Amino acid sequence: MLLSVSDVHKSFASADGPVPVLRGVSFTLDHGQTLALTGESGSGKSTLLHLVAGLDAPDDGRIEVAGKDIAGLDDAGRAAVRRRDVGLVFQQFNLIPSLTVAQNLSFHARLGEGVSPERLDYLAQRLGLADLLARYPEQLSGGQQQRVAIGRTLAAEPRLILADEPTGNLDEGTGDDVLSLMLELVADSGAAFLMVTHSDRLAGQLDARLHLRAGQVA
Amino acid sequence: MIAATLLALWSHWRRHPIQLVTLVVGLALATGLWTGVQAINAQARLSYDQAAATLGQDRLPRLEGALTLEAFAAARRAGWPVSPVVEGRLRGTSLTLYGIDPFTLPPTPGGVMPDLSDTDVLRDFLTGEVVFAAPETLARWPDALPPGRPLSGLAPGLVMADLTFAQAQLSQAGVTRFLIAPGGSGTPEELAATIPGSTVVQPEPDGDLARLTDSFHLNLTAFGLLAFAVGLFIVHATIGLAFEQRRTLVRTLRALGVPLSVLIGCLAAELLALTLVAGALGVALGYIVAAALLPGVAATLSGLYGAGVAGSLSLSPLWWMSGFGMAGLGMAVAGGLGLRQIARLPLLAPAMPRAWARAQRAGLRRQAAAGLVLLGISAALGILAEGLLAGFLLLGALLVGAALLLPPILTVLLDLGTQRARGAVAQWLWADTRQQVPGLSLALMALLLALAANIGVGTMVGSFRATFVGWLDQRLASEMYVTASNVEEARAIEAFLAPQVEALLPIVSQEVTLAAAPGEVFGIVDHPTYRDNWPLLAASPDVWTKLSEGAGVLVNEQLARRQDLWPGAQLDLGPLTAMPVLGVYSDYGNPLGQAIVGIDAFSRAFPEAPRLRYAVRVDPDTVPELAADLSDRFNLSQDQVVSQSAIKAFSLAVFEQTFSVTAALNVLTLGVAGFALWASLTTLGAMRLPQVAPVWALGLTRRQLALADLGRALVLAVLTALVAVPVGIVLAWVLLAIVNVQAFGWRLPLQADPWSWLSLGGWTVVAATLAAALPAWRLWRMPPADLVKVFAHER
Ligand SMILES: Nc1ncnc2c1ncn2[C@@H]1O[C@H](COP(=O)(O)OP(=O)(O)OP(=O)(O)O)[C@@H](O)[C@H]1O
Ligand SMILES: [Mg+2]
Repeated sequence: MLLSVSDVHKSFASADGPVPVLRGVSFTLDHGQTLALTGESGSGKSTLLHLVAGLDAPDDGRIEVAGKDIAGLDDAGRAAVRRRDVGLVFQQFNLIPSLTVAQNLSFHARLGEGVSPERLDYLAQRLGLADLLARYPEQLSGGQQQRVAIGRTLAAEPRLILADEPTGNLDEGTGDDVLSLMLELVADSGAAFLMVTHSDRLAGQLDARLHLRAGQVA
Repeated sequence: MIAATLLALWSHWRRHPIQLVTLVVGLALATGLWTGVQAINAQARLSYDQAAATLGQDRLPRLEGALTLEAFAAARRAGWPVSPVVEGRLRGTSLTLYGIDPFTLPPTPGGVMPDLSDTDVLRDFLTGEVVFAAPETLARWPDALPPGRPLSGLAPGLVMADLTFAQAQLSQAGVTRFLIAPGGSGTPEELAATIPGSTVVQPEPDGDLARLTDSFHLNLTAFGLLAFAVGLFIVHATIGLAFEQRRTLVRTLRALGVPLSVLIGCLAAELLALTLVAGALGVALGYIVAAALLPGVAATLSGLYGAGVAGSLSLSPLWWMSGFGMAGLGMAVAGGLGLRQIARLPLLAPAMPRAWARAQRAGLRRQAAAGLVLLGISAALGILAEGLLAGFLLLGALLVGAALLLPPILTVLLDLGTQRARGAVAQWLWADTRQQVPGLSLALMALLLALAANIGVGTMVGSFRATFVGWLDQRLASEMYVTASNVEEARAIEAFLAPQVEALLPIVSQEVTLAAAPGEVFGIVDHPTYRDNWPLLAASPDVWTKLSEGAGVLVNEQLARRQDLWPGAQLDLGPLTAMPVLGVYSDYGNPLGQAIVGIDAFSRAFPEAPRLRYAVRVDPDTVPELAADLSDRFNLSQDQVVSQSAIKAFSLAVFEQTFSVTAALNVLTLGVAGFALWASLTTLGAMRLPQVAPVWALGLTRRQLALADLGRALVLAVLTALVAVPVGIVLAWVLLAIVNVQAFGWRLPLQADPWSWLSLGGWTVVAATLAAALPAWRLWRMPPADLVKVFAHER
């Protein structure tokens, strides 16, 4: 099993004491599997994704990525997991504004083992970025930027790819194109894929679906 | 991973070159002004040390007071290993002449001595045909002196000659001091007991010059520190901005798995690299500043203190290193905060502008409290503390406190404006200006510091000038001053002048040790010239009558303040012991302690002092003719017959010189502040698009928006200038009433000059306009496509 989440709890502090957001969430995800995470706004989808990515630590429960419990890791350990095992695609594209498209594409990979020029070429071709490599992110459209972010993640060849409403900032047509491209490439790479989405239509394109309600799997 | 991280961090600078230039230039300016001042101080100190070490005087005890060659011969006969030295200023030059006796001069290991082993050189030396001086002194050699031989290591401005030759040149019959070599048959005090009117002076490694000029150099240092602080504001502002702008970058990097420690390390390495570049530039700049200012400083020191300081720089490696150290310190102070913020930045902090604004408010409140505390401390220091250090602490607390209070004050004022504003556009203008305060606050604080320093120092110099000019008019009441070459000539001049003038007032003086520091005693006759004109700060009844009767002494203000000698106190004057102090007179521009006694008492105490100088009271219209006549008849040089107007002109020139360095540093500081403002406005201009674009979309033209930006910068600059005026006035008061008293020994009344403040305000407006012009012009010319982009997608 690549990812296994068991009985995870998380609450946030507020003026009126802690507010529970996740109340005992469990699920698993295997190599090459794709899973959609749905739920109302505020149901805790992003929070859960952040915990899986090692961006934050749960209050209670276990999160195992490739057999390692990342909940027990310290900051540097979680950073290493993000660098090697996990790829992240956000709703806001989170590109590095001062680097060119080409530099952004290879960036995540170069933090780890690096990436071959052939693979970069291939990704740029597949993502339709070949003519845009010398540009800066601000000179791209939203859909193009999101394709760069996807390419950046795929170039690093993580075992687990996490995406938080990756098409939320795009119009429906562009979003559909981007998503199908992403699913194709993910399938090619053999990675597991967990995606947060609001849309039932998009969720339907993935292997399985997990619905959150009031901090629990419904 | 490290390479990729460094690349990502550096790419920020590539995209923001102005920010990078600002940062490097800011740090280089700060380092440069500071190291420049330090170079000047180091050079001067080197010269003082050389002067103090002359003839081993920094190690040998000596005898001073009423000394003669006869006393010297007697002491030698009695077996004392003494050697006579004559020292004095060469008339009409800035050179100090040392007369020595090569046969008895004690050897000083490692000391600088003329080489007289060659008998021809020795003969020429003894006959006054050869003298010695440092190569640098020889470069500007007066024609009146015999040819000089180079003697490197001798203090600049110092000429070493034979004793007899020097006595003739200086018109001195006596001897200034006896050096006492080790190996005598008793203590120096026992020797002093055998020579009436002599006192023992123990060697001090510092030397008199270093002590006298301490305060001058402290002033320079204080200004260097101020410039450094203003420069640091720039560095701090740019680093803060760069870190703020890279916040999302930092989050992204960490989300991609760069550990915090690597990130911090890379940022620190980046700061270090910047420090090295800026440090190198700064040290080079410091060298240029020092080389440009040093001749002026050397002239001032020579005019004011008679201190010879080399006019060219020779700097030790230590100085170069300390420049880098200062740059590193500045970077650590300015960058440390940024690094700490990055280290604490939560990985997932949601964009919460409201919370950020709330934190800002709390920060402002804390800042205001800190400012008030500092102002309170400075007020307490003003009331309670004494001493130069306390004075500077007071100034520091005052300036930093005022700077901290500026943003809260501006925020409150602009909030008021927002509430009062009618009309949507006006309301937006006020609110938007208020929103800009945090981004501009550091530049505005730097501007406040520079303006306050300018007002304060300008007011001090102005007050000083006004007081000084008035004082010169009183003090130099006589129309002409004549100095004879020797006693016979003096008698002849007296006989020639007496029938033609209203009064002939002899001036006699003797260098003595006053209250353990070098000083002078003057003898004067009783005359209305003194009674009517002399500016007395404190006096006992019948002061002039008692003075002429020899029943007491007048002292100058600096001596009175230093030793607390006010009417009623007692003062020892060499042979004249326990003279009651009758009054205190102001004596600006003189670093030495001075005392005045009646001429009869003076002659009794110092029978050896020659009577060579006269103040001449005469119809001013006849002065040029009389002076020419005198010069012809007695073959007197130009500086032996001086008119009142010439002395005044000279004194004023020395005065102006003294403050020209201060003025130069002042202008530089203001320039640095203007640069800071420009840099902040330019960077903010780029960051503010998301705020401007919606207003543009709602129907304001780009021209209107650009003009609004310009006006906003002006409003902020003018408000800052308004706050700077009271701060500057307090600063001037502290300088006049505390720092000057401690540093120079005189206190001056504060004279406000609102016109100069107004013109400074005008310059501030000009500077702010210039600083805001480029960003405003950019906004005006901005392609609408760039503005539209703000709406295209989230940033
Ligand atoms: N840092 C935080 N501090 C306090 N509360 C938080 C924090 N982050 C999230 N929350 C709260 O936790 C709950 C879940 O937030 P989360 O972002 O996971 O929702 P979501 O399901 O992703 O919603 P959306 O679909 O709108 O993105 C919300 O009520 C949110 O207000
Ligand atoms: Mg969410």
